[in-house]
Amino acid sequence: MDFTGKKVLLHDTSLRDGMHAKRHQITLEQMRQVAGGLDEAGVPLIEVTHGDGLGGESINYGFSAHRDVEYISAVTDVVKKARVSALLLPGIGTVDHLKEAVSCGIHMVRVATHCTEADVSQQHITFASEMNIEAVGFLMMAHMITPEGLLEQARLMESYGAKCVYCTDSAGHLLPHEVTEKITVLRQNLKAETEVGFHGHNNLGMAIANSLAAIEAGAVRIDGSVAGLGAGAGNTALEVLVAVLDRLGADHGTDLFKVMDVAEDLVVPLMDQPIRVDRDALALGWAGVYSSFLLFAKRAAVKYGVSSRDILVELGRRKTVGGQEDMIEDLAIDLARAKG
Amino acid sequence: MSKKLRAAIIGPGNIGTDLLMKASRSTLIEPYWMVGVIPSSPGLARAKSMGLKTTAEGVDGMVDFIEEDEIVFAFDATSAYVHAENSRKVNEKGVLMIDMTPAAIGPYCIPPVNLDEQVKSVAMNVNLVTCGGQATIPMVAAVSRVQEVAYGEIIATVSSKSIGVGTRQNIDEFTRTTASAVEKVGGARKGKAIIIINPAEPPLTMRDTIHCKTVDKPDKKAITESVHRMVAEVQKYVPGYKLKNGPVFDGNFVTTWMEVEGLGDFLPKYAGNLDIMTSAGLRIAEMFAERINAGEMVLKPVAAKA
Repeated sequence: MDFTGKKVLLHDTSLRDGMHAKRHQITLEQMRQVAGGLDEAGVPLIEVTHGDGLGGESINYGFSAHRDVEYISAVTDVVKKARVSALLLPGIGTVDHLKEAVSCGIHMVRVATHCTEADVSQQHITFASEMNIEAVGFLMMAHMITPEGLLEQARLMESYGAKCVYCTDSAGHLLPHEVTEKITVLRQNLKAETEVGFHGHNNLGMAIANSLAAIEAGAVRIDGSVAGLGAGAGNTALEVLVAVLDRLGADHGTDLFKVMDVAEDLVVPLMDQPIRVDRDALALGWAGVYSSFLLFAKRAAVKYGVSSRDILVELGRRKTVGGQEDMIEDLAIDLARAKG
Repeated sequence: MSKKLRAAIIGPGNIGTDLLMKASRSTLIEPYWMVGVIPSSPGLARAKSMGLKTTAEGVDGMVDFIEEDEIVFAFDATSAYVHAENSRKVNEKGVLMIDMTPAAIGPYCIPPVNLDEQVKSVAMNVNLVTCGGQATIPMVAAVSRVQEVAYGEIIATVSSKSIGVGTRQNIDEFTRTTASAVEKVGGARKGKAIIIINPAEPPLTMRDTIHCKTVDKPDKKAITESVHRMVAEVQKYVPGYKLKNGPVFDGNFVTTWMEVEGLGDFLPKYAGNLDIMTSAGLRIAEMFAERINAGEMVLKPVAAKA
């Protein structure tokens, strides 16, 4: 494997996906510090939003310490070079939320749908184009669809105006050869000017390997979170990815030592728990479950005296999708009742 | 024996056809016209074979027959884009419009919560909110009629197969309209709505979670009783409306989990989200019909606006 001269655009999601791991309680000051550090290190793209995207603040997903507009404004104020994105899940956030985010200075919106439901993103991708911000399509839980099915959905997003479409491994379930198959089909069949991206989770310890497979198959945008701060066992650790890409000669524009320092000095100290492949995160990855279910399952398990692993495995069997956090407590009640 | 009142169904698609099958069993409503725009529509052919008058000329193909056919109700199962025009045309002839689109030009109606109010005010256009609204707002109201609700949040999960193109292209309209009705009809000071689409096979039955945050400490006994009473009210017209879990109390938060299974008339049973719309639409017409038959209410033409 040799990526000499290969351009890779890194997108940090610690201030969005990492919100899951922090129960959406990151402070404005922490956001400023981390974003400032990433910007200084040369990370070109930074995502800032509630973990479940714009409008995600809710009983279902958790109320954030601050509103999205406050977080976004705090970050757009401090960054000098990096472009800032927000995430939006149609069905949770609306164009109204997007308008607010645009007024706070975001450069890009990533519109996320379940991998089979791309057509619900039309309204939001179209609107982003009208507002002159970049629209990116984010096809979540990509392990639940064939490469050809994923292509069909990616083409829809492309037709609405998405400049880039992501294969998003929300459950951290994919293995490198599966990433290769999916990205290859996307790269070979989407328009040449449409970029392909990959977003990984480390639930099976595959995040770096999957990211490399994605780049080799033609993906140019790769998500990572500094120190891995993200849902489940975390995202692809950005500083690790940068070190690996350095060794492979890729052109990513990020300063390894600076991003290492952001990880060690700023992000690790703010973690509520170590981000690692613990028993439940491993169960998520193995069973193909949305990574942000992790902390909800742990809490429901304690509240109802049942096993969090049982909850997660059953949610996988039921083919739940991202956003169905409300099924976790419901299932825990059922399991407790069955136990008697 | 009360007289059956005649109705026109506009839109011979899945919803219109399911409504036709339900209305055919009604002792108060007689489906009389099916209105479409595509001559080759299988829904029009089906309606015709069931003895209805049909037209593929849209509402214009039916309005001239309203008086002689004694049409009292119209159900609009088309789209928000054409609803206002459809409504205006039939209202001018004194026909009450039951709006199953998200257009929401008339007041929201969730039968067990505020149908009496709409009947009393003789609203000539009533709107059914959304499927998620029909399934969840009764539960918000069940809490808010006991004590003040500061915040109501609903999560509707529906099968991918049960969600049509219209909803997909304008999913924001679902969240906005439902959230607004959680406030206006459900009685929460602030409302929020979330919709999740799940493509699992076999398709999942509609699921709904309803969270309410009460202003004061929740009265567990009174709320539990109110929730069960409300479930029974909805079950009168949607027998597959089930309280799966709850109410669970956690501080000031009250949560109920519902499952909505349809009757499986024309739409599959899992599509409880669609069934609850057609059932609520018919329920509304029947309630108005009872009042009209009792001579307590007269529908009057709505004058065209200059």
